[in-house]
Amino acid sequence: MLDKPNKPEKQKFNVVGTSPLRPDGVDKVTGRARFGADMVAPGMLVGKILRSPHAHARIRSIDVSKAEALSGVKAVVTKDDFNADAEDQDVLYNIMAREKALYDGHAVAAVAAISQSVARRALALIEVDYEVLPHVTDVDEAMKPDAPVLHDHIFTEGVEPKPTKPSNIAQRYEFGHGDVEEGFSEADVIVERNFKTAATHQGYIEPHACLANIANDGSGELWCCTQGHYMVRNTCASLLGIDVSRLRVTASEIGGGFGGKTTVFIEPVAAALSRKAGRPVKVVMSRNEVFRASGPTSSTSSRIKIGAKKDGTITAAESELNYQGGAFAGAPADLGAMCSFACYVLKNVRTIGYDVVTNRPKQAAYRAPGAPMAAFSVESVVEELAGKIGMDPIEFRIKNAAREGEKSSYGPKFRQVGLVETLEEAKAHPHYSAPLGPNQGRGVSCGFWFNFGGQTSTSLSINIDGTVALAVGTPDIGGSRASMCLMAAEELGIGYEQVRAIIADTSSLGYNDVTDGSRVTFASGKATIMAARDSIGKLCERAAKMWDISPDAVVWEEGHAKPAGANAGEFEPLSLAEIAASAESTGGPIAGHHEVNASGAGTSFATHIVDSEVDPETGRVQVTRYTVIQDAGKAVHPAYVEGQFQGGAAQGIGWAINEEYIYGEDGRLQNAGFLDYRIPVASDLPMIDTKIVEVPNLGHPYGVRGVGETSIVPPLAAIANSVSAAAGVRLTELPMSPPRVLKAIDENK
Amino acid sequence: MVKVMLWGSLKPAAEGKAEIHVEASNVKQMLDAIGKAHPGLAPVLERGVSVAIDGQMHRVAGYEPLREDSEVYIFPRLEGG
Repeated sequence: MLDKPNKPEKQKFNVVGTSPLRPDGVDKVTGRARFGADMVAPGMLVGKILRSPHAHARIRSIDVSKAEALSGVKAVVTKDDFNADAEDQDVLYNIMAREKALYDGHAVAAVAAISQSVARRALALIEVDYEVLPHVTDVDEAMKPDAPVLHDHIFTEGVEPKPTKPSNIAQRYEFGHGDVEEGFSEADVIVERNFKTAATHQGYIEPHACLANIANDGSGELWCCTQGHYMVRNTCASLLGIDVSRLRVTASEIGGGFGGKTTVFIEPVAAALSRKAGRPVKVVMSRNEVFRASGPTSSTSSRIKIGAKKDGTITAAESELNYQGGAFAGAPADLGAMCSFACYVLKNVRTIGYDVVTNRPKQAAYRAPGAPMAAFSVESVVEELAGKIGMDPIEFRIKNAAREGEKSSYGPKFRQVGLVETLEEAKAHPHYSAPLGPNQGRGVSCGFWFNFGGQTSTSLSINIDGTVALAVGTPDIGGSRASMCLMAAEELGIGYEQVRAIIADTSSLGYNDVTDGSRVTFASGKATIMAARDSIGKLCERAAKMWDISPDAVVWEEGHAKPAGANAGEFEPLSLAEIAASAESTGGPIAGHHEVNASGAGTSFATHIVDSEVDPETGRVQVTRYTVIQDAGKAVHPAYVEGQFQGGAAQGIGWAINEEYIYGEDGRLQNAGFLDYRIPVASDLPMIDTKIVEVPNLGHPYGVRGVGETSIVPPLAAIANSVSAAAGVRLTELPMSPPRVLKAIDENK
Repeated sequence: MVKVMLWGSLKPAAEGKAEIHVEASNVKQMLDAIGKAHPGLAPVLERGVSVAIDGQMHRVAGYEPLREDSEVYIFPRLEGG
């Protein structure tokens, strides 16, 4: 769309904007909902995976003969059971080690057996001859010229001259404009600091689980918990070397994903075992495996420099961000660099990001991948700079805030955005002026995320009784079925409870991109609206046939077909149920469809306010008050929007205060379980207050923006700013665990 | 002509240029034109890029139409969680 509309198509709503009960709620609270591990099949085998105990080792040989000979073992697979020419060679290598094991937990072989105990015994019988190699797990160490190199084929891209030696730096990205040196020379005050963040896990409660039932010819089915079952189908087909049409994948209910279930880990392994055994195989990761061998976030180190005039105008900003992405290239250094200063209009800005490989599991997306770490360091410096100038931190941000028509730090001009509105709401919020107690501090941070649309296929069928069956292909990870029902009901002019949504399997709809990028309420919602409009056109045609008038002379209003124009008032309006009841005699089933590669997703901004209390004796941090203010464009289901806001804040509290991957000198993960890797529990969290701002996204008929990711961008910095204020010293490393906070306090004395 | 803006680290592959002007009526034509004019960009373009057309981000935009005076920014492919 080249021409910019000036308002959303629809602005008055009947059901959109209400918060009815979720359609999947009863199933979930009664235990009837089926998650990944709940799937069973007759003759099902247990699949288990042997994992490397070494951070970096050459695999000289794997002898599976003893395991294969064990009674009850039906199949053993190694790298040779996968398609060596698979399209994505990194995924091929990640799901089953090839020449080398690249991290503690890297899969090296797998078995399918008649029971857990037989499978475990079989794993113990597999003999792997490793040549242990030097390893590196820290991002700064991995970037050094003398670091152990993981891959001989990685030569840093994005630098001149092109390197002649391989290294662990896969890519250098640079964005920006203006003259930062000149900008810094104009500044009255400059703050420059270094920061570090630890790798964290998405912490979804449901481990990865799948059931594969593949015949020897490669055709079959997969059931799994995933954010994208079409992605699972296409990737597994490539890894197994079979046609896409041979696989049907069904997404189970999902117990959390947050980006961590946007790729495959066990699914192709279960499929390869099933194909070899000729029986169904179920693989369920243990929590230990989830930590060691799924996809946590990047850890980072960074340097930020910002200069400003005494009146609060930022004159120049610079960031250098190093992202540790695990054993394969692809850390979100590019996104982090693009996001780092996106909240501000800057005349002179330069952001640099490095994508670095290490002997850790390959990172995966985690809500707004790359952005929270960048925001942590940038927003910490912004807060400190405002303090040095003597300016209120929200006023400082408003003065420099991203606005419609202004050039973004990553290049293009912003369309309609709502950052200033969230800041104004924050300034006026009672939280911002509430008194603080002893040892308490307050912090603020803004955050930005792009959001996107993508490929979407949706089908809407009118049932004989006038109810509606809605089939979408985007797994529901945050209540999207309810939002889809609301949008379909809004278009059709019927009640929410008359629409029932399902997540269709891969053979039932056209391709759907993964549920990620905060895209589902936007893109799947857009497709739902268009499918409903398609069905309305057909409903009007049927009414026209029943009245024997032209379809052009029928309009759809308030859930009824009505004669219009010269025929207005000539016939009694026909309800959706009445037209549906006559479907057989008027032409057969009535359905609407829509397929699209949706564009027009609106970027999203948020502002968070946090109060923290620091115990000066122990260094323990307690978040005492939290307020999230975010632009949702249009909140389709406000309670779920608030839930997304609160969820991002809760995960951010864990990331900021407690969570971290801890590696030993041996390169092995030391805390692969929830006892030693501490995610927040209810007692760690205050009530998280929310305020929904609605600045419409003009790329959606209702003005919707994605909301699922932006909420995790500001928390790290907002909490760090509050803790720094409470402790009287700037905290620059996450997590702000008690020993780290205590050390900072002691060093500041 | 369409104005195409490259991200900073692509400049060396485009003989130091951050801004390229090409004749194109859609994104595919634009990408083909800059890949032909600057072969060093071809590997990056083949891996897939996102674009912003007059301020609107597109994760994948094959045949999205362009105006004569469109301003297009090229970015690494957007990913999400």
